[in-house]
Amino acid sequence: MAQGNFILHEKEYRDFQGVLKKLLSDSYGKVVFLVDKNGTLLAAAGETEEFDTTSLASLAAGNIAATGGLASLIGEKEFSILFHEGERDNMHLSVVANRLILVVIFDRRSSVGLVRLRVRRASVELERILRAVDAGSKREEEDGIEELTEADIESLFK
Amino acid sequence: MSFINYSSREINCKIVYYGPGLCGKTTNLQYIYKRMNPESRGKMISLATETERTLFFDFLPLSLGEIRGFKTRFHLYTVPGQVFYDASRRLILRGVDGVVFCADSQLTRMDSNVESLENLRINLREQGYDADRIPLVLQYNKRDLPQAATVSELHALLNSRNVPEFEAVATTGVGVFETLKAVIKLILIDLKKGGR
Repeated sequence: MAQGNFILHEKEYRDFQGVLKKLLSDSYGKVVFLVDKNGTLLAAAGETEEFDTTSLASLAAGNIAATGGLASLIGEKEFSILFHEGERDNMHLSVVANRLILVVIFDRRSSVGLVRLRVRRASVELERILRAVDAGSKREEEDGIEELTEADIESLFK
Repeated sequence: MSFINYSSREINCKIVYYGPGLCGKTTNLQYIYKRMNPESRGKMISLATETERTLFFDFLPLSLGEIRGFKTRFHLYTVPGQVFYDASRRLILRGVDGVVFCADSQLTRMDSNVESLENLRINLREQGYDADRIPLVLQYNKRDLPQAATVSELHALLNSRNVPEFEAVATTGVGVFETLKAVIKLILIDLKKGGR
């Protein structure tokens, strides 16, 4: 995991977005997020303006990391699904392909059973797209990053 | 592992502030939070105990503007410094792009500095990183205290890689942004080279 960077191109981004939108409507969720295990938000769908998505992504990753740590202490590989029940809203977190975290926030219009079922289906799709992302990372890189100069970097601090 | 999104033209990098307990990691983030333009920073999250010791991590997201058409976002994390939180430290190092090692300049804390630096190297290796190559900056904090060791003593003890080092007083902000700027530079240079 320490090697290389995670590069997301336009097509795969739109594909992720498409799966999230479908999951949102199929599960009657309020909002759906896709986060990498390091806490970076990759894509989101639904009532995102209601939430601090950056903080949510970071804490979801922390949550999964901490329960993963607990799992290994009792000899489990990981706890791949977490469910948090609130008074109004609930949160379902699941690990996809051991690298991504799919978060669904839903209220009483939906149920944990329905969310779990739809998440399972969406995860298969997300795994497929992730394989395309990995293949894409091996493609020739687009313009930009590798041409960064010292002056470009310096310009950030002016 | 930086995350580059060509669709939204964004680069996301993760910086971890590491160091022994009470060396000033959280104080660095608090100062950055206080002094950054609110449009350039998100909410600071601290998962701390009732006595304000870091329990899991602090988190502060920053947006530093664009380079070559890419928005740059940096996620700053601290680890809990106390020795017995090692499992949490390992988790927070996952996916790190650059590390600030915050040392406590007080002579009485030298053993803790050395122990924490060695712990960093072990945990980096465990996460698959080359501890001798990852972007690293040293910050010698608490320079205002009377019991502070000299910079040359700290250098000899902690900076065997000869990485950029900064004197700091995080409570008043001395050296805080210089440290941050240096680690960001190292990360972007590393990114340009194509990662580790």
